Amino acid sequence: MTSSTRSKGSRAAAGSAQQDNSSLPPSDVPTRANGGSGKRRKRTYGGTLAPYGFLTPTFILLLVLMVTPIILVIGYSFVDRVIINPNSELVGFANYAQVLGDQTFWKALKNTVLFSSVSVAAHFVLGLVFALMLNSPLIANRTKSIYRAVYILPWLFTVAIVAVLWRMLLSPNGIVNYFIDELGLSNDKIEWLSDPSIALPALMFINIWAGYPFFMVTLLAGLQGISSELYEAARIDRASPLKQLLHITLPQLKPIIVAMALLDFIWTSQQFALIWMTTGGGPIDATEVLTTYTYKLAFSTYDFAVASASAVLVFVLSMVLAYLYVRHQKARD
Amino acid sequence: MTALVKSETQMSPARAEQIRGVRLKKRLLLTGLTVGALFPALPVIWMLSSSFKSNGEIFEYPPRLITENFSFVAYTDILTDPEKLRFFFNSYFVATCVTLLTLLVAVHAAYAFSRYQFKGKAVINVLVISVQAVPPVTLLIPYFGLMVVLRLYNTYPGLILTYMVFTLPYAIIMMTGYFNTLPKELDEAVKVDGGSPLTALWRVLIPISIPGMVSVGVYTFMIAWNEYLFALTLTRTNDMRTVPIGIQLLMGQHAYDWSEMMAMSVLGAIPVLILFLFFQRYFIGGMTAGSVKA
Repeated sequence: MTSSTRSKGSRAAAGSAQQDNSSLPPSDVPTRANGGSGKRRKRTYGGTLAPYGFLTPTFILLLVLMVTPIILVIGYSFVDRVIINPNSELVGFANYAQVLGDQTFWKALKNTVLFSSVSVAAHFVLGLVFALMLNSPLIANRTKSIYRAVYILPWLFTVAIVAVLWRMLLSPNGIVNYFIDELGLSNDKIEWLSDPSIALPALMFINIWAGYPFFMVTLLAGLQGISSELYEAARIDRASPLKQLLHITLPQLKPIIVAMALLDFIWTSQQFALIWMTTGGGPIDATEVLTTYTYKLAFSTYDFAVASASAVLVFVLSMVLAYLYVRHQKARD
Repeated sequence: MTALVKSETQMSPARAEQIRGVRLKKRLLLTGLTVGALFPALPVIWMLSSSFKSNGEIFEYPPRLITENFSFVAYTDILTDPEKLRFFFNSYFVATCVTLLTLLVAVHAAYAFSRYQFKGKAVINVLVISVQAVPPVTLLIPYFGLMVVLRLYNTYPGLILTYMVFTLPYAIIMMTGYFNTLPKELDEAVKVDGGSPLTALWRVLIPISIPGMVSVGVYTFMIAWNEYLFALTLTRTNDMRTVPIGIQLLMGQHAYDWSEMMAMSVLGAIPVLILFLFFQRYFIGGMTAGSVKA
């Protein structure tokens, strides 16, 4: 026992000794900092090469399975009848022109933007309301954790499960229509997922159900990080709960909200499985989004070149969003 | 609570009024929470209920939560069907491999980001972050050909490596953040004793980073367990398919067997539910740390 404590003590001493020496050039500063003797240079080379060694597996994986496919798909998008025809030739922007001239593409873009904006807005509102309720000091912690688990439930189901579950619930003979009938709202057998005028809103509803917990949990963590002194000061000033929400809570949460909204928008706009497994983009093109549009071009009509052009357009749009996200995260640091 | 009630009797009227206000607020809040909880809970309750029904009772009118035919038939059907058990095995196997390999690769990359200054660090860092936003559908078309060329089409390594592309960036960012919270003196001490950087990583940093690794691991497992698009495109035979595709295959077969689909959904959700119950703290930490701290 005593020996172990002693060894711990000596290790701590070594640590502090190292700290004292830190004014001397340690081995892992960049070469430029100390290009002195050959011996020292060798040491620093070891130091500067080491991080690249640690990053090698990541490099290889991302190079082969991320950079290469992106280059390939960009290449595909400029040739004619790629993959199917071995003698495909360069056609310039013809594939892009075909995609951009396709009415369905614009419909898919419109649906994607609408689907994502409504989903993100609803995720935020629901997430915030639930997070505020779950964060109230009036409720015992044990009760809170039970409610929290229930509220997180939808997030624990994979998209495939969410899709079949809601296909059952929203079936014309399903439980949702039963409740609507019982409440006297309508006694039609509403075709939620096959009526072109309501299929997209129905999909949005499913996506809102499945996605709000992520927002909620993040906001909950954010709420717990707000200093209670701010609220105490507000209470002394007799600020109403609404004023506290508008002038303390929301401004304090703003960086998290913006980051989450951007991330959620990126993810929602890339949603494929939910739409593919519920409506398949139909009826006709009522719920077509960019991902289902691109997938169909590739794997239903086997028009890989045009599909690649569409895939590159989706990529560019996502990168614009990613740029906004990275810039926002950097501004926070 | 009881203390509040007891003292209330001796309180001034104003104070009693205030306490009554607090209790009213509390009751309103609990009502709100309960009503709100119906939104996530009702569909899940209906899923459970349907999985115990016979298929003919799924859309019966009026609907009942429990019927006289209550049985586990749908579950036993799935658990005795070798093809469906194979979906579960595949999902567990792939998700476990993805989790372990992602952690292994990510801790080394994160170590480099956290402990070294090197040329191109800022650029690589931005790359790793933005890679997360690459739409899977963009990669899908070239992947198909790439996987065939690399002889990875319809294999476990093909799926595992593909999933790692999507789990790795997040894992690296999270682990870098975690290592950044640990004092540098810890690994400097190892170097003073003559240990290599790898010794510092494996003997000192990794053992004290278990909480961080658990939350990254849980999150990684979930992503791999839930993946659908690549599992659909990069596998051809049923013996390579995972649970999400298995659920979809059930949907495509003859008449819909809803009770079996619901039972499969319940079984497919159980691993994630268990992870959640055991690692709730890490789970939420893993979910939030990325966006709160990053």
